[in-house]
Amino acid sequence: MKFKHENIEINAGLLIALTLIVVSIGGLVEIVPLFFINETVEQVKTANNKDAVRPYTPLELRGRDIYVREGCYLCHSQMIRPFRDEHLRYGHYSLAAESQYDHPFQWGSKRTGPDLARVGGKYTNEWHTQHLIKPRSVMPDSIMPNYGWLLKNTLDYSDIRARMRAQKKVGVPYTDSDAGYEANIKRFGKVVADNLDITYAEKNLLKQAEQGNYDGDQTRLTEMDALVAYLQVLGTMIDFKSYADGHFSEFR
Amino acid sequence: MAHAVASSEQYNFEIVRKFALMSLIWGLLGMSVGVYIALELAFPVLNFDIPEITFGRLRPVHTTMVIFGFGGSALFATSYYVVQRTCQARLFSDSLATFTFWGWQTVVLLGSLSYVFGYSQGREYAEFEWPLDILITIIWVSYAALFIQVIRQRSQPHIYVANWFYLAFILVTAILHIFNNLAMPVDLFSMKSYSAFSGVQDAMTQWWYGHNAVGFFLTAAFLGMMYYFVPKQAGRPVYSYRLSIIHFWALVFLYMWAGAHHLHWTALPDWTSTLAATFSIMLLLPSWGGMINGIMTLSGAWDKLRTDPIMLFMITSLSFYGMSTFEGPLMSLKSVNALSHYTDWTIGHVHSGALGWVAMISFGSMYHLIPRLYGTKMYSLKLIYTHFWLATIGIVLYITSLWIAGIGQGLFLRAFDNFGNLKYSFIETVVFLHQPYIWRAIGGAFFVAGVVVMAYNVTRTIMQSKREAVALEAKIAAKMAQA
Repeated sequence: MKFKHENIEINAGLLIALTLIVVSIGGLVEIVPLFFINETVEQVKTANNKDAVRPYTPLELRGRDIYVREGCYLCHSQMIRPFRDEHLRYGHYSLAAESQYDHPFQWGSKRTGPDLARVGGKYTNEWHTQHLIKPRSVMPDSIMPNYGWLLKNTLDYSDIRARMRAQKKVGVPYTDSDAGYEANIKRFGKVVADNLDITYAEKNLLKQAEQGNYDGDQTRLTEMDALVAYLQVLGTMIDFKSYADGHFSEFR
Repeated sequence: MAHAVASSEQYNFEIVRKFALMSLIWGLLGMSVGVYIALELAFPVLNFDIPEITFGRLRPVHTTMVIFGFGGSALFATSYYVVQRTCQARLFSDSLATFTFWGWQTVVLLGSLSYVFGYSQGREYAEFEWPLDILITIIWVSYAALFIQVIRQRSQPHIYVANWFYLAFILVTAILHIFNNLAMPVDLFSMKSYSAFSGVQDAMTQWWYGHNAVGFFLTAAFLGMMYYFVPKQAGRPVYSYRLSIIHFWALVFLYMWAGAHHLHWTALPDWTSTLAATFSIMLLLPSWGGMINGIMTLSGAWDKLRTDPIMLFMITSLSFYGMSTFEGPLMSLKSVNALSHYTDWTIGHVHSGALGWVAMISFGSMYHLIPRLYGTKMYSLKLIYTHFWLATIGIVLYITSLWIAGIGQGLFLRAFDNFGNLKYSFIETVVFLHQPYIWRAIGGAFFVAGVVVMAYNVTRTIMQSKREAVALEAKIAAKMAQA
């Protein structure tokens, strides 16, 4: 039988079926392998053979939620590309491993402001707080909005356990069992494993906020504390100095 | 009016009228928000220290209102109209159609409000939190059922080409929406959820969604619009039947591969982004095939461009379609993308497609559609011309200023001094952007002004149709009394 396009045009079921097949191929070829090819996300180990990249602490997680709430990703990327100018401006290019616990990813698509993938540790807590309250007081030509309410709003962490449990369900190794905790000690070391324990989430959150004193006011726990804690950890988990030059270029 | 009454019995045009009007209203609102946030970038004082109206929260309001409110309602309106007319069958359920209307308006409204109050999934163009995602799914299934049922009940053996494109848009949007929004809610009564995927996989899924939202929601569906309204307005058949077949299959196949060009030079594996770049370049062929098919439909009737402002809208929209589908593959080249990515060039590119193509073809189709829905003529042809020029000037200002902004910033950021140090700090490039940002906002304001003119013209048209109906009834009554 000779093929005629007309056969498709007069048969709605056939048209639907063929369309579905034709549109599925691209996605299947490009997306599905990313879940199965191990090299997609490189293994980055520390000197004592622990995972270098860890999930966020409860306080950092709350900070990240605020980052998403305010739509920071619409003006700031978190993805440094392997170019000389970006290296000089922001540091080592971003690795896939560094966003492996990011649900959702916040790579961004636009830099109205600079990239933030390695902003952690570049400025002091005081600078961040001042900059977030009034960007133009430290950067006169900035066009960022003032985020004064972050310092006014008390941080709500009443549902922090529910948030961590939801993250756990999508694959982040937060734990609420002894077995999980032991596994995390092996994988990340005890200090990190403690922070990933859902049972002590509130305690850990308060402790980090108090010790970090991110917003400069230890009497209150604010949204500023959480956001600055998050910003200060960005890009700091891997100590690039401890790897040979070109080490990571083997992975891509 | 008698004619309109008769045809509204044969077809459900009430639903088309509703969606058409809401499309205009969302367009006006969403584009105004766009101008406002453009001004916030030029004058940050306009954020007024009010959380709800800062750029980060209003930007998804803008994109949601224009893509889903304006574009979405225009697609519902035209697809319901086209599928009923070309299949000569009525939507099988008026109440289900009405549900898609109120449901869709609710989604756009609640979505916009939710971003303002800080609820967002944090993924571009998919910011709706999970309860709204579920509502969208239900509406979309109803929409698909209505549309497909009309096709099944068609009284013509052939399914008209416009319907292939609408159908592909409906199917693909369903697939994209469901897979991209897989997320875990914090709990049953929380508006917060976390994406099922993370990092690389999340990025790839999101841009597979994001790019095909452009490819199917903002392209394939509007090509459906083109394949019906351009021939209708021109009074000529589609230029080439063969070309439309190739256009359709090549477009729907190739588009789905192109998403990863949004992730060049990132932590996404190279093979994926190379594949995407390759397919993006191939995509030029069906895109231009489609454009040629649309423009050449006017062959033999070019004189209409002199007398018919609606045709002017349509042909200009196809020219912008050709321009932006040339620019797109260009920007998907890795070397070009290295400069253009993260800059305003991307925003300019999107708007040459969104304003030049999507909005202009919608305006053209609406000017064709609305008088027919109300059984009258457009109130003023002159005002359509006015709208056309306001829109065109607006687009040109918009994209030119963002070419300057994007390419300029890209070049500044990669400039080195004689010692190999960075020549400019980031903030110096922000200072440079100030002027182009002002011109961009002015361009946007021109475009919105055009929509205001359209809204006035449409309102007067509807009033005129009501007056005509009353007059006609009086005439009939008088005749009856005589008889």
